[in-house]
Amino acid sequence: MFLIECPWCGLRDETEFSCAGEAHIARPLETEKLSDEEWADYLFMRSNPKGAHREQWLHAAGCRRYFNALRDTVTYKISATYKIGETPPSEGKK
Amino acid sequence: MSQRFRTAQGGRVDREREIQFTFNGKSYTGLAGDTLCSALLANGVHMIGRSWKYHRPRGVMSAGSEEPNAIFQVEKGNRTIPNARGTQVELYDQLDASSVNCWPSLDLDLLSINSKFSRLMPAGFYYKTFMWPQSMWMKYEHFIRKASGLGESPRELDPDRYEHTHAHCDVLVGGGGVAGLSAALAAGRAGARVIIADEQSEFGGLTLASKARIDDGEASQWIENAVAELQQMPEVTLLPRSTVFGYHDYNFLTINQRLSDHLPLAERPASREKLWQVRAQQVVLATGAAERPLIFANNDRPGIMLASAASIYSNRYAVQPGSRAVVFTNNDSAYQSALDLKAAGVEVEAVVDARAGSDSELANTVRSAGIQVINGSVVIDTAGRKRLSSVQVMRLSAEGSSVSGETRALSCDLLAVSGGWSPVVHLNAQSGAKPVWDEANAMFRPGEPTQAQFSAGGANGTLDLAGCLQEGAAAGNQAAIACGFEASTQPARAEPIDSQAILPLWLLPSPYTPGRGPKAFVDMQNDVGAADIALAVREGFKSVEHVKRYTAMGFGTDQGKLGNINGMGILAASMGQSIAATGTTTYRPNYTPVSFGAFAGQNLGDRLFDPVRKTAMHAWHEENGALFEDVGQWKRPWYYPKDGEDLQQAIDRECLAVRDSVGILDASTLGKIEIRGKDSARFLEMIYTNNWMKLEVGKGRYGFMLGEDGMVMDDGVTIRLAEDHFFMHTTTGGAAGVLAWMERWLQTEWPEMEVFLTSVTDHWATAAVVGPKSRAVVSAVCDGIDFSAQAFPFMASKTGTIGDVECRVNRISFSGELAYEVNIPANHGRFMWEKLMQAGAAFNITPYGTETMHVLRAEKGYVIVGQDTDGSVTVDDLGLNWALSKTKDDFIGKRSLSRPDTVRKDRKQLVGLLTEDPQTVIPEGAQLVDDPKAPTPVPMIGHVSSSYYSACCGHSIAMALVKGGRDRMGDTVYASLAGGRVIEATITESVFYDKEGAKADV
Repeated sequence: MFLIECPWCGLRDETEFSCAGEAHIARPLETEKLSDEEWADYLFMRSNPKGAHREQWLHAAGCRRYFNALRDTVTYKISATYKIGETPPSEGKK
Repeated sequence: MSQRFRTAQGGRVDREREIQFTFNGKSYTGLAGDTLCSALLANGVHMIGRSWKYHRPRGVMSAGSEEPNAIFQVEKGNRTIPNARGTQVELYDQLDASSVNCWPSLDLDLLSINSKFSRLMPAGFYYKTFMWPQSMWMKYEHFIRKASGLGESPRELDPDRYEHTHAHCDVLVGGGGVAGLSAALAAGRAGARVIIADEQSEFGGLTLASKARIDDGEASQWIENAVAELQQMPEVTLLPRSTVFGYHDYNFLTINQRLSDHLPLAERPASREKLWQVRAQQVVLATGAAERPLIFANNDRPGIMLASAASIYSNRYAVQPGSRAVVFTNNDSAYQSALDLKAAGVEVEAVVDARAGSDSELANTVRSAGIQVINGSVVIDTAGRKRLSSVQVMRLSAEGSSVSGETRALSCDLLAVSGGWSPVVHLNAQSGAKPVWDEANAMFRPGEPTQAQFSAGGANGTLDLAGCLQEGAAAGNQAAIACGFEASTQPARAEPIDSQAILPLWLLPSPYTPGRGPKAFVDMQNDVGAADIALAVREGFKSVEHVKRYTAMGFGTDQGKLGNINGMGILAASMGQSIAATGTTTYRPNYTPVSFGAFAGQNLGDRLFDPVRKTAMHAWHEENGALFEDVGQWKRPWYYPKDGEDLQQAIDRECLAVRDSVGILDASTLGKIEIRGKDSARFLEMIYTNNWMKLEVGKGRYGFMLGEDGMVMDDGVTIRLAEDHFFMHTTTGGAAGVLAWMERWLQTEWPEMEVFLTSVTDHWATAAVVGPKSRAVVSAVCDGIDFSAQAFPFMASKTGTIGDVECRVNRISFSGELAYEVNIPANHGRFMWEKLMQAGAAFNITPYGTETMHVLRAEKGYVIVGQDTDGSVTVDDLGLNWALSKTKDDFIGKRSLSRPDTVRKDRKQLVGLLTEDPQTVIPEGAQLVDDPKAPTPVPMIGHVSSSYYSACCGHSIAMALVKGGRDRMGDTVYASLAGGRVIEATITESVFYDKEGAKADV
């Protein structure tokens, strides 16, 4: 079970959180001007990397804040968590 | 006296305390401190079970958790334990044990006939033989289960209590042998918070059976002192009888503590087991090493056991594990067993050493004790039916690949075998590390840790006492330092042991033609022989994981602890590659089996962790005979049967009462979210498909929420309470998801919006008063509100009072009737409800539940999100395009409404169905076809989403999603049911009652 550092509350057990998928997928502006391919890319395509993955988490049973985490999909190590709107730290940085 | 094989002195058993127990119905005597196996051996009972496939006689192989054979059914009735390892079952008074897997009895096992046909039952036998015809599998399975079953699971409710506990510590030490104790001492002395757990009843591990010395005293005295010191430390928790069975991410480990299994049944406390969930900063793995057997023909007879087990039974349990012993080894450690057996009064016939010769100090001590050492030789076969009677020995060629010369028979009833040692790397591997093969020492060592973890002692491949003490202390120091303490404990001292290299041997050479000789067992619990592994390789299985599953090697209650490393060695040899290249199977929790009770803990029956939510009027519903339905976590009244009514009769009555007069529904469970802030309207514009900017204060609007994929996600009415204040209703089941969904958009995408969300579902009790007489009822109850049609139109919202409590009334209808939803702070819910019931009495106000609510809305063709939609349905599919704004630039899901998939012409569309026979109700979920007689597979054109008998219409009605359905009005379709039954129906529009909507407009 993960131990996750909520940027607002500190270290908590994974049971307090839910994962909301890949982070840094901005909703396009002027969606009506997008081609089907561009819209499908936003809607469906995810990176699914082996290694560092930026993902959104919700401290669901805590402060109810969404935040971002940099998690390694192989080792499950979360090397950093950061608030929404903050620049992601470079990958793998402790 | 019994216990003929009890030695005259020594051991850690209490000779003053005799204990009576029964095995297979026969009574025996043992001593306090015995395990079930040591007590049986003390009584000369060696054959304790039969193997699962060939039903061969089997005896005690080990003295620990790796035991494959000596598994028992312990106790009967509601406390019965299947497959308990007799090597770890502590003896208690009146213990009742029986063999598993023999029929009708241990001595006369009719299924041992399987043994005669073993050549016909190779690896994959069941896969090959019982695959076809498929319809026969149920019959085969019945027979196979009976023939091959291990223990029997209990059939009665477990009377015991199980507990869960959470703990945090600086250092968790897994394993309480001398390495673990040294680590705990070092960390504990530094001031760290330590938990040390060991699966045995006593700390000390293998050293409990050793006559070695530590710090100039007996090893057992050092252990006693160490435990006493640890017990004095307030920050140290000692957990005996506790197995660290799981090592998960972020140093989260699980421990199963057995509190009462060692006590007589009558003396057991309430709690049987405690499951510890521990988060540790640092972990020290001191789980020791386990000896391996050697693999030769007929290596499974009762009387053949591990050399270390022979030492443990001799030294710790004061039992002679035989009368005349042969020791067979490829390494030095078993020489100690020869000395231990001799000291216990066992005649040692010979030590057979596969190596050319060892002149280590230990080997020389054995020779000078007058024990014959036969070098450069191996055991090639054994004899004896229910007990070993002799072994055959041949010379091993210099390169170790063949045997030659005379066969020499050695008479013995005990063969103590050592094929080397395997560090117990299970927890290290579970934690994410990959064990590393050490060719020189023929063992897998723990891999590079991926978590904050140290391995020490036997678990780290260090097999001598001095090394275990050193590594334990060093690991304890380092773990404490990593937690921020100062630690510098010096290790205890022990004599170093000089030992000579092991000769790695996997499948021993034999004089038999390959595959034709007697079976040489690798995995005894699953009856997997060396030839089975070779066969799997010949049949094309190359991966160790596949070979495991094809042969069943490593399955069962022991999970291959004894045989797996040998199996991997044989597999590597069969494939002509190294063991390093072959690798191990995956080590997964649990290290040893854990009872289901331990996992369930107190979450039993109706005490589940999932909460039950009840509305403020719940007690009233109960008092008035409601039956309840679970909707998410909520208990909602389902219907209120009267005078022996069945479901349909009650619904018919409730529906007609609503349509003719007035009914009342508890609608408190609908999700309620308050939305405040200056950007609230702008936010709703994005969340809902319709327009919100111009909604008047005091008015509500029905809206759909879509996912970004354009599919309907939730629906409900939202009311504008002020310019910057809205009150949203969601579906009962969707409330939590909708809140999280909206929070996500606000926090991640539109942080600039000033909008605040508050869940108020539980703050309000809601009664829906529904029917032509509803206005009269609410007018009589609610003060300060003008309920006239002009003053209070449809979709309006007003505040007033009931007594002196403020209430809010919304004119909303989910039935097509004139209806009001009356909201009051939840604590006053029952007060409000009873007021409405009193006022409605004149009109025979009728409480109704979810079932009638469903029928009423279906009569009007209103959809329920999650019933008539399933995440693949658009607003257009529902025929509700009026709810889609034509003027907004954007809302969530808008762009998806013009995706190629959402504009397909053959999408399933919501329609009504009227059955040919008005009384027949189509089952919900039924598939629809155009032609039930078409050849299979019959093309399916849709499915029924809602279906009821409508008393108001006098007809069965249904809603269905049908491909291109809106263009097919009047067509006949067929609901195709299991068993070939077909129901004919006609496609209609989905509004069945009051099509003009006149009833709500009054």
